[in-house]
Amino acid sequence: MDAFIHQVLSGLATGGIYASLALALVMIYQVTHLVNFAQGEMAMFSTYAAWSLINAGMGYWPAFLLTVLFAFALGVVIERVVIRPVEDAPVLAIVVIFIALLVILNSATGWIYSYTIKTFPSPFPKEPLFGNTYVSSHELGAIGVTLVVLVLLYVFFRFTPLGLAMRAVAQNPESSRLVGIRVGWMLALGWGLAAAVGAVAGMMIAPIVYLDPNMMGGILLYAFAAALLGGIESPFGAVLGGFVVGVLENVLGAYVIGNDLKLSVALGLIIGVLLVRPSGFFGRVHVTRV
Amino acid sequence: MKSKLVPIAALLAAALASPATLAQKKYDPGASDTEIRIGNTNPYSGPASAYGTIGKTITAYFKMVDDQGGINGRKINFISYDDAYSPPKTVEMVRKLVEQDNVLFVFQTLGTPSNTAIHKYMNMKKVPQLHVATGASKWNDPKNFPWTMGWQPNYQTEARIYAKSILQTKPDVKIGVLYQNDDYGKDYLKGLKDGLGDKAAKAIVAEVSYEVSDPTVDSQIVQLQASGANVFFNVGTPKFAAQAIRKAYDIGWKPVQYLNNVSSSIGAVLTPAGLEKSVGIITTAYLKDYSDSQWANDPAVKRWESFMKKYYPTGDLNDSSNMYGYTVARTLEQVLKQCGDNLTRENVMKQAASMKGQYIDTLLPGITITTSDNDYAPIESVQMQRFNGKRWERFGEVMGN
Repeated sequence: MDAFIHQVLSGLATGGIYASLALALVMIYQVTHLVNFAQGEMAMFSTYAAWSLINAGMGYWPAFLLTVLFAFALGVVIERVVIRPVEDAPVLAIVVIFIALLVILNSATGWIYSYTIKTFPSPFPKEPLFGNTYVSSHELGAIGVTLVVLVLLYVFFRFTPLGLAMRAVAQNPESSRLVGIRVGWMLALGWGLAAAVGAVAGMMIAPIVYLDPNMMGGILLYAFAAALLGGIESPFGAVLGGFVVGVLENVLGAYVIGNDLKLSVALGLIIGVLLVRPSGFFGRVHVTRV
Repeated sequence: MKSKLVPIAALLAAALASPATLAQKKYDPGASDTEIRIGNTNPYSGPASAYGTIGKTITAYFKMVDDQGGINGRKINFISYDDAYSPPKTVEMVRKLVEQDNVLFVFQTLGTPSNTAIHKYMNMKKVPQLHVATGASKWNDPKNFPWTMGWQPNYQTEARIYAKSILQTKPDVKIGVLYQNDDYGKDYLKGLKDGLGDKAAKAIVAEVSYEVSDPTVDSQIVQLQASGANVFFNVGTPKFAAQAIRKAYDIGWKPVQYLNNVSSSIGAVLTPAGLEKSVGIITTAYLKDYSDSQWANDPAVKRWESFMKKYYPTGDLNDSSNMYGYTVARTLEQVLKQCGDNLTRENVMKQAASMKGQYIDTLLPGITITTSDNDYAPIESVQMQRFNGKRWERFGEVMGN
């Protein structure tokens, strides 16, 4: 029983990882209605930037803040330079660009920083809370940070004019333009925000899985499953989805299907959700009148 | 085109081989008075790109050799292509190397699956596939594959050595194994079982695998702890091995830990895992570790360091792959020196197979390279060592198969 509880708690900790990246996926989807395959690599790249700053002697929180700003700028630049020219291209073309971005960022990081794993500092205490052996303080802290980001995103989209404008752009760019929203800049801003959310995720994930150029590969797949499960339009759903995927993966892997089929759980979830309830558990069902 | 060239090449070869012509100098494609052309594939991109640094080190090493005048007056032209760790791509690149670039032989092609894909081709073409960069045991098969040779100690041998040590030190042993779910991980598992013999079924209480796509191995470590194992055999690549060491410590699981040599680097594995969490870990080694303070003043390691700084300044000094690349390149340098002016494919193989206790000074003391016509496994011995919180302490004899 102890082992079972341990698996569940450890699953929640990994679930927190998936949830944080899933939030970035939700963010970009809210604005562009596209799923950005390079989201994980952008987060990884920003985390390396943070690592460089900290290594150069900067304190953790200033580096954290600077990195979030850097990631935001990176997102805006990518949208302006790479995505803007193909705005009206078919979805497949854009998907190819996302994949190209993924490969470029991955190789460039490897080239600059090498592939040796690096430790990334945690802002949370080293000793586990109450001396427990189940979850480390960092894992708990990371879950806390994810929840804070979640609340911020919720408030942003729900209660600010800018958030409303962004949602409008994603829903209906033409009408938004007619009511005076600057659609182009909204998209760029959306990219920037998604990249910033991703950077926070990266800095929370790196102390757990270590910093290396391939750190996001597997995580992105699980984050997709999480985002789809909860509903890719719902920040709350994505976070819940992350925890569900993390726990399911651990419990099924340890007791039912074996570790070698763990990734299949994520893929199965993706397909299952798309077949049964494409909008996820918390997503809205869109109905288009014909 | 090719069919026309073959008879001409044969004529030329015959002319060169006849004693009436040039007395000693003998060349196959890829060798001349001024140059030796060597082919290689490495994963410079893709999932295994961390190993690409080996190809970069070797390239840098031969650059240095050329700067110092080459080998027996010939420059080394080391042509290294990216195969992204994808076997079909390896086949494509190696065929290009053999058929278009006309290399004398290929050297250090990296990866078990990649080398398996070109294994038959190289032997059919009779082009040496020298010192392949993989620890699988199948490269030592001179009877069936006389043109292929490995270099490093193989995984199964290493695992058998751990098995021997476990049986000697722990009578009531319960072993938990964490392994990567591929050929590399399974080779270690097989070696361990072979080494334990008929005790294997009882001694191994849990075998838990992970996939390279897994973000962490935390769940696996929890499973191993729950199995009640008192010995932990850690067969992970650096990232996963480090995660496993850290997690085992954090959840208060205190088994005797055996760590596979692939992840024995202090700088790349134990430091990220936490040095205090790594105390007592046992592994085997055959190379000197730069990040290990006992070699801080070792002249051979110093020479390696200055080579790295001058010829491969972007290379990570803490990455043991760079020591590996340097040592294997020097092994080849020795083979080519022995070849003298007889640079035929047959002679390259012959010289590679006649190393008699050759010592390369970045190998651990007592570990030497020996090969013969029926022994294509250059390095067959390793030494056990235990981590004391600061550095590896070697113990016991140098152990062989």
